[in-house]
Amino acid sequence: MSEEKKKIMFTVRKAPHGSIYVYEGLEVKLIMAAYDADISVVFVDDGVFAVKQGQNTKALGIKGFAATYGALVDYEITKVFVDRQSMEERGMSEDDLLVIGEDEDTEEPIKPQVVDSDEIAAMMAEQHNILAF
Amino acid sequence: MLHTVNKSPFQNTTLESCIRFTRPGDVILLIEDGVLAAQADTSKSDMLSQAMATAEVYALQADLQARALTELVPGVKVTDYEGFVELVEKHSTHAWL
Repeated sequence: MSEEKKKIMFTVRKAPHGSIYVYEGLEVKLIMAAYDADISVVFVDDGVFAVKQGQNTKALGIKGFAATYGALVDYEITKVFVDRQSMEERGMSEDDLLVIGEDEDTEEPIKPQVVDSDEIAAMMAEQHNILAF
Repeated sequence: MLHTVNKSPFQNTTLESCIRFTRPGDVILLIEDGVLAAQADTSKSDMLSQAMATAEVYALQADLQARALTELVPGVKVTDYEGFVELVEKHSTHAWL
């Protein structure tokens, strides 16, 4: 029986650490990665702070998730996007983004792709489900 | 695509972001505090009017009534829970939480 792969998008719009949303969202992504689904992740609004490199939560006494984001590609989550306008409004550039894995062949680091809102809107329109965090 | 917005536009930029990701043929449904954007003659009315050039905008009646909102931005359609369900049936949904 052939069935079309489910396209599932995660939108992350909350800032990290101030609430549990980003943590919970990451958990759900890793769980969903175990299924045969076409997963994409989009960081919009304050969600872009979740993919800023150099986050150190040691003094907060919490585990943090930067290391887990660094392994997204290992979980076969490679479609990771950042909204350009949200990033620029918050004084961030592409250089500020954390690494989500490395290329199997070249071992080059992979970073989230910075895209414009119309590209994101077009991707949203293709999804079976969109989960917001 | 059906976009649901449940935050006040006077409190944060959720509605503004939602509108930025809206494409022709999309529907925006204002629910809970989101309906505060539907009132006529506020600082956010123009933003909503402009959004209606691209998308249809609905506001949930129960939430409007609860907040005594009767004068709405022209073009905003009022719907009830049954209409809400019909919109969800017709579109895939993104909840702008």
